[in-house]
Amino acid sequence: MTQALFGQLFLGLINGSFYALLSLGLAVIFGLLDVVNFAHGAQYMMGAFAAWMALTYLGIPYGWALLLAPLAVGLVGMVVERTLLRRLQGLDPLYGLLLTFGLTLIAEGLFHHAYGNSGFAYPVPGWLRGGVNLGFMFLPLYRAWAVGLSLAVCLACWFVIERTKLGAYLRAGTENPRLLQAFGVNVPLMFTLTYGFGAALAAFAGVVAAPVYQVTPLMGSSVIMVVFAVVVIGGMGSIGGAIVTGLGVGLLEGLTRFWYPPASSVVVFVVMALVLLVRPAGLFGRER
Amino acid sequence: MPGRLVTWGWIALLALGLAAPFVVYPVFAMNVLCLALFASAFNLLLGYTGLLSFGHAAFLGASAYTTGWALRSWGLPPELAVLLGTALAAALGLVFGALAIRRSGIYFAMITLGFAQLVYFLVVQLPWTGGEDGLQGIPRGRALGLFPLDDPRTAYWFVYAAFLGGFWLLHRAIHSPFGHVLRAIRENEPRAVSLGYDVARYKLLAFVLSAGVSGLAGGLKALVLQFASLSDVHWHRSGEVVLMTLLGGMGTVLGPSVGALLVVALENYLADTGSWVTVITGAVFVACVVAFRRGIVGEVRALVRRSFTGGKP
Repeated sequence: MTQALFGQLFLGLINGSFYALLSLGLAVIFGLLDVVNFAHGAQYMMGAFAAWMALTYLGIPYGWALLLAPLAVGLVGMVVERTLLRRLQGLDPLYGLLLTFGLTLIAEGLFHHAYGNSGFAYPVPGWLRGGVNLGFMFLPLYRAWAVGLSLAVCLACWFVIERTKLGAYLRAGTENPRLLQAFGVNVPLMFTLTYGFGAALAAFAGVVAAPVYQVTPLMGSSVIMVVFAVVVIGGMGSIGGAIVTGLGVGLLEGLTRFWYPPASSVVVFVVMALVLLVRPAGLFGRER
Repeated sequence: MPGRLVTWGWIALLALGLAAPFVVYPVFAMNVLCLALFASAFNLLLGYTGLLSFGHAAFLGASAYTTGWALRSWGLPPELAVLLGTALAAALGLVFGALAIRRSGIYFAMITLGFAQLVYFLVVQLPWTGGEDGLQGIPRGRALGLFPLDDPRTAYWFVYAAFLGGFWLLHRAIHSPFGHVLRAIRENEPRAVSLGYDVARYKLLAFVLSAGVSGLAGGLKALVLQFASLSDVHWHRSGEVVLMTLLGGMGTVLGPSVGALLVVALENYLADTGSWVTVITGAVFVACVVAFRRGIVGEVRALVRRSFTGGKP
């Protein structure tokens, strides 16, 4: 009983830390570029696939994949920003959503064509196998690592954005990009780097997720819908809010999966409806 | 543009629609009509009110399942079953719309997407929807107790009549004072508010109308194709209707129908290629957004206007 409860809660915590990472990236991209990046799910999937392909074809181990896969996906993201998203500047943000939606279809279609519907298992790296018996539950080592690493990266992002000079530029660009440019900052380059960074963050979540879940072409689209709901619930106003909401939604899903499994996939959308009723701007949001 | 030319154009289109089942495969033509109606209903929101709903499959699909169930299990006559599906979609639109219009812009899109996922998961898990298989073998029955819909051409004309009804309703709404207020909201919402319009009410009404007509399209589709499946509630369907509207030309009366015809034809043509359909759909999407935002009908309209005003905009 308690074993199952804590097991589900911990799985919820893992999902929650992925939601936190993804909604963080979405919020950073939206803040600066005014683009809701639908391709975030596809970039998460590409991160997982990049890790799997690196291991399968080149024998590159997990530790290197954690670094290289986000780098590769981030580079692809930067090319996309430079060649496509840039053309939509100044238009209604809806076009950005539609463009990234189209890109998602292309990416999913290509991977689906190459690898089909079935998933691939990514083996847990040797040094993270096994687990600890905590008394009330058995904790697989990799899952603890996944949560710890994701949260550490979330906190590092929070620190960089809120407490460093680089973050100050980013926040200034979010408030008023033209003024920032007038001060001599290369804002277009910042746009490119920010989009690449957001994409890399999504890919990083994908690599961490690869050993927990099956690597499939469609793994991203189911996650991105939940992350959008997380963003509506939390509001995109604050970085801390995105992290807290992501974790909260993950835990809530875990609890629901324990009490009444069929409802676990819809609970987040029900919460979204409730939040819209009570606090339309989102829990941590301010209306833009 | 001279009014007489427009009238003749409409008459020609009507005749073309009437004669379509003699030229093309009726099931294909019916599928196009249903999706054209769906896209036209969607266009009322995106093209005329400026609201991007990313969850319109919920209304199409919910109505398709309701209609299918009413036909197969309750033995309702087809016109009543389709109306029941339409009513359910409109009611669903009232609930989702009332919540979604509390946020605007990009959030509106994400909220409608979320609600559509809610409907999708419900359809996957409810005991009577047939799960992965969907509802199969839906009987067509007799329309109004007189016309046997098992005859493909009779079925086509039934769908065509319903399509014209829905299309006419949307057309009336767009060109009424109500439609002008919607356009005012699209162009400048704060100004519409300051002019004293209850913007939320107008948006909600447009949303319900759009959801209802989408439901009509979904009900008809289940009736004539004789099945309702998960693909009708999937988010790919919601994206597809955006593509149809964008490709044909949003904010134009005929654009969504042109887009529907092209997208359905493309999907039929590429059906054997598997995942390439998705890739090519995505590529068309990207091309439309980057280089072709007025859509086909929008471009043609701009061209015609330019030639009638002698080159001046």
